[in-house]
Amino acid sequence: MHPAFSVILFTTLAGAAQGLVVAIAVAGLAGAVLPPTFVLTSLGVAFVVLMLGLVASTFHLGRPERAWRAVLMWRTSWLSREVIVLPAFIAVVALWLLLAWTGAAQGLVPLLMIAALVLSALLWVCTAMIYACLKFIQEWAHPLTLVNYVLLGLASGLLLAAALGSLTGAGAFALAAAQWGLGFTVLGAITRIASLVRNAGIRHASTLQSATGIRGNNLRQTSMGMSAGAFNTREFFHGKPLWLVKRIKHAFLVLAFVVPVLLLALALSTGASAWLLLAFVVQYVGLIAERWFFFAQARHPQNLYYQVVS
Amino acid sequence: MSASPRVAANNAPARKKQLALVIDLNVCVGCHACVTSCKEWNTSGSAGPLVDQNAYGANPTGTFFNRVQTFEVGTFPNTQTVHFPKSCLHCEDPPCVPVCPTGASYKRPEDGIVLVDYDKCIGCKYCAWACPYGAREIDEDRKVMTKCTLCVDRIYDKNLAPEDRKPACVKACPTNARLFGDIHDPSSEAAVAIRERGGYALMPEWETQPANHYLPRKITEIIAQVERES
Repeated sequence: MHPAFSVILFTTLAGAAQGLVVAIAVAGLAGAVLPPTFVLTSLGVAFVVLMLGLVASTFHLGRPERAWRAVLMWRTSWLSREVIVLPAFIAVVALWLLLAWTGAAQGLVPLLMIAALVLSALLWVCTAMIYACLKFIQEWAHPLTLVNYVLLGLASGLLLAAALGSLTGAGAFALAAAQWGLGFTVLGAITRIASLVRNAGIRHASTLQSATGIRGNNLRQTSMGMSAGAFNTREFFHGKPLWLVKRIKHAFLVLAFVVPVLLLALALSTGASAWLLLAFVVQYVGLIAERWFFFAQARHPQNLYYQVVS
Repeated sequence: MSASPRVAANNAPARKKQLALVIDLNVCVGCHACVTSCKEWNTSGSAGPLVDQNAYGANPTGTFFNRVQTFEVGTFPNTQTVHFPKSCLHCEDPPCVPVCPTGASYKRPEDGIVLVDYDKCIGCKYCAWACPYGAREIDEDRKVMTKCTLCVDRIYDKNLAPEDRKPACVKACPTNARLFGDIHDPSSEAAVAIRERGGYALMPEWETQPANHYLPRKITEIIAQVERES
């Protein structure tokens, strides 16, 4: 598939914001006393990041002015469900931010925390299922797709929470978030590598034979029926050389997992907040590469029909 | 036994209509007349315009509902060139329809044609991702998804002579390689061809039940059989 930057930005930004909100909500529900500046800053950052993700996602649409229509088919479409859950999640974060800012109606905050947890989980399910439900894109059609979206989002959000916590005087929370972030980064590395191993061994069910039904040996395409390409050759091929795809895979493994783990170890031993911020930024860059690879690696069966220009 | 199949069929609930194309690979000569006639009809019909980019430049590209591809099978000197027309297969269980978030993509209950409502489409391209056949093409100018309509604005047009109420591609084909009809009506030309000439569906592994069928080439069938036996 051709990796669309709008979708790469949306899924990575929303994932980080979801992880950040989950971190504060779980800490709050567990009874941790968090400094108001930290809560306000974190919710503000989460809100801004979610809005950026929302804006990025509209760039994927040909007709963004009709985007409201996408809430209609929630009975059958995971994309429609995502379009409903995302604004609901943003609304809960916004309300929580408002209450944190004004100090009003604090009794509602625990309810908002629970709502944020539930909606965040639902959003991960919707986002991942958009890809995992397409059974003939075999690289995506697996439970690991969901597992990776959740774990990588949590890792990214926890690193952001740790960085924000240490910058705004929530030292104890930052320490815990960094430790949990380290754990989820390691866990995410394991499950992401598991999906890489699984995808490397895929036997694609569709072949040129099944795509055309033409019997006989040595079947090959001699013309795709057009010379200058079409939507089919632009949307479903990444068009990058194999060496670059491999390099991006190595880059995301190093940037999303190896470097952040080293930086977190450094941060936990020295206590310097700069390392936490750097860990988050490096991992975020790594996750952009990871998401690019997630799309590029997916082999759509329609590509069987578009192999030869002549 | 007195209960003949005919009686059973008469007692069964009315079959739903499923319009489709049946493409005869024996006679397709790869002339692309179906491609150009499709473009001509649909760019000026209710599905249009099907916009082109860089139409007179070095790399022209644009929206088409129908393509003719070419394959070669066998080993020299025993090779066969097979021309292979490809358009939306109007699946009986179309994976592109349930994923559409707006309901712009739908399958007509009355005749099984899969259509896009261009006024509801948001151009998210998810339906194209969900089609294993690559049958859908986004119109880069109108920013909505488009696809073969089986010339729905033509096949029911009472202003046309009855013999012209067929998709443009079927009318244009000089070798009669494209048959059109209701594949659920056992007596239709399309259903008879599928039944009697080994009509098959593309990518049966995904269980989309394409309505369009292809008639296999006799000569490649014979060669394949000889190869299997030798």
